[in-house]
Amino acid sequence: MNDATGHSITARDVNLWYGKFQALCDVTLNIKHGFITSLIGPSGCGKTTLLRCFNRVNERYNYVTTKGEILVLGKNIYDPDVSLIELRKSVGMVFQRPNPLPVSVYENVVFGLRVHAGGDALRKPALDEAVEKALTEVNLWHDLKDRLDHKAITLQLEQQQKLCIARLLPLKPEIILMDEPCSALDVEGTAAIEELMFALKGRYTIVIVTHNMAQARRTSDECIFMLLGKVIEHRRTEELFLTPANLQTTEYIEGRYG
Amino acid sequence: MTEPNSATPAPPAFAVRAAKRAAWAVVGEKILEALVYLCGFSAIVFVLGIFLFVFKEAFPILANDNFSLTQFLFSPEWYPTSEVNKRYGVFAMIAGTCSVTVLAMVIAVPFGLGAAIYISEFCGHKTREILKIVIEFLAAVPSVVWGFIGLTVMSRLIVQYTGAPVGVNMLNGGIILALMCVPIIVSISEDALKAVPDSYREAAIALGVTRWQLVWRVLLPAAKNGLLAAVLLGVGRGVGETMAVLMATGHAVHIPNSVFDSVRTLTANIASELGEAPAGSDHYRVLFLIGVLLFTLTFAVNLIADTIVRGIRRK
Repeated sequence: MNDATGHSITARDVNLWYGKFQALCDVTLNIKHGFITSLIGPSGCGKTTLLRCFNRVNERYNYVTTKGEILVLGKNIYDPDVSLIELRKSVGMVFQRPNPLPVSVYENVVFGLRVHAGGDALRKPALDEAVEKALTEVNLWHDLKDRLDHKAITLQLEQQQKLCIARLLPLKPEIILMDEPCSALDVEGTAAIEELMFALKGRYTIVIVTHNMAQARRTSDECIFMLLGKVIEHRRTEELFLTPANLQTTEYIEGRYG
Repeated sequence: MTEPNSATPAPPAFAVRAAKRAAWAVVGEKILEALVYLCGFSAIVFVLGIFLFVFKEAFPILANDNFSLTQFLFSPEWYPTSEVNKRYGVFAMIAGTCSVTVLAMVIAVPFGLGAAIYISEFCGHKTREILKIVIEFLAAVPSVVWGFIGLTVMSRLIVQYTGAPVGVNMLNGGIILALMCVPIIVSISEDALKAVPDSYREAAIALGVTRWQLVWRVLLPAAKNGLLAAVLLGVGRGVGETMAVLMATGHAVHIPNSVFDSVRTLTANIASELGEAPAGSDHYRVLFLIGVLLFTLTFAVNLIADTIVRGIRRK
């Protein structure tokens, strides 16, 4: 499902302030449906802030001011009639450190359903099916099917992070936001998550923030380079890395700063 | 030097300097060390000392042939000053202590938890600071002042609104005790809620929960040990409180049938009768035995609460 333009997310002139500090300046961009788009740039460039705008999770802190428009699937999410609950259902988020809730594996996966769904969707067979489906999709079913009642926080970090992805899926999100999802993982864990991203791509639009340029290069179809709250360059990943148009981009991907 | 290697460096300079320290400095340090050590262990000494003293005063009654422990614990008949037939049954007072404490908790726990949830999750920074100061102030009100309020204000209100014949009763004591326990419950529960990692909140919010769902489904389960400890510490306070309940409960030795009955608690009984009981008499010793009973009760409650709190910290 996408709007006529094929864009899942469109930002127009987004400006954001933390108190008096401006973290985003006139960000305008389109993120294509079904693609993996990576946000790269040095620390403090606003990439995580921008990501957190897409499901308005930034607004937890009441000193944040946002101006401009962000269209998710054709609808401006800053319109007053937008339901944050519906928005966050369709735009899932994976965090830097795996943050499963302190309940069982099973309850983590069905948490979204318990919160949002009602009636038949909460019957045991329906929940069981949702758990199997979600865990299968993230390649965890085989490992965890006998340990569904174990505490999720006792799993390995890689499994925890996969579980954090799995718990989004029963809500049938359109977009999955990932904020440096591999920074707490080892090489194998990183590879597993990247593999999972490839498997999910197409069905879900994935936006990933990463510090790891090699990861952006490996995983993403499009790449957005940000600096000091501005979007500097946004192109197909291989083009951005091979023939960057902007001098600052060139210097960043060559590792001169950042 | 026995080492064959002649290049061995000279012994480090600090060893030489240490040997040259003035004698008073060395002695002073030893004394300080001993003092600090003493301070550290004084708590244990005091607890043991108090327990031994109370137990020593109470012990002879246990050996007395006229006294039966079963009667002490399970008989509601308390006639310590009867000329012909002295009876020392504290069951009515155990019932009084328990009923007042339970009633207080029924009122204080929802109220205290609600306040803690509001303070930690819902209100703004400024309101939070103000509320925390006011709640600490509430904790600082002396218990005799609470008793005074129970005796005058609350008692009149209870008579006026419920039509009870006397205003000083279990309900009055329960309400006063609840007000006294709320600050403890609020501050410990708030700590427990604050200790829930922010990543849990973020995870749930990103999944689209409402504020109430966040509280119900994430925060309360995650903080449940701390909340339980808060309640138990409140219970400990309730069982041990004396002056306020003495003034507010009506002080009648009676197993209560309703919340409008006057009751007497174990603590209030000791406070009111110890001054009149001749030292060394059976009456005097039984009062100390009540002390031992109370001590055991509050000790058990505090120990459980403490174990739970420790459990949380270790996580």
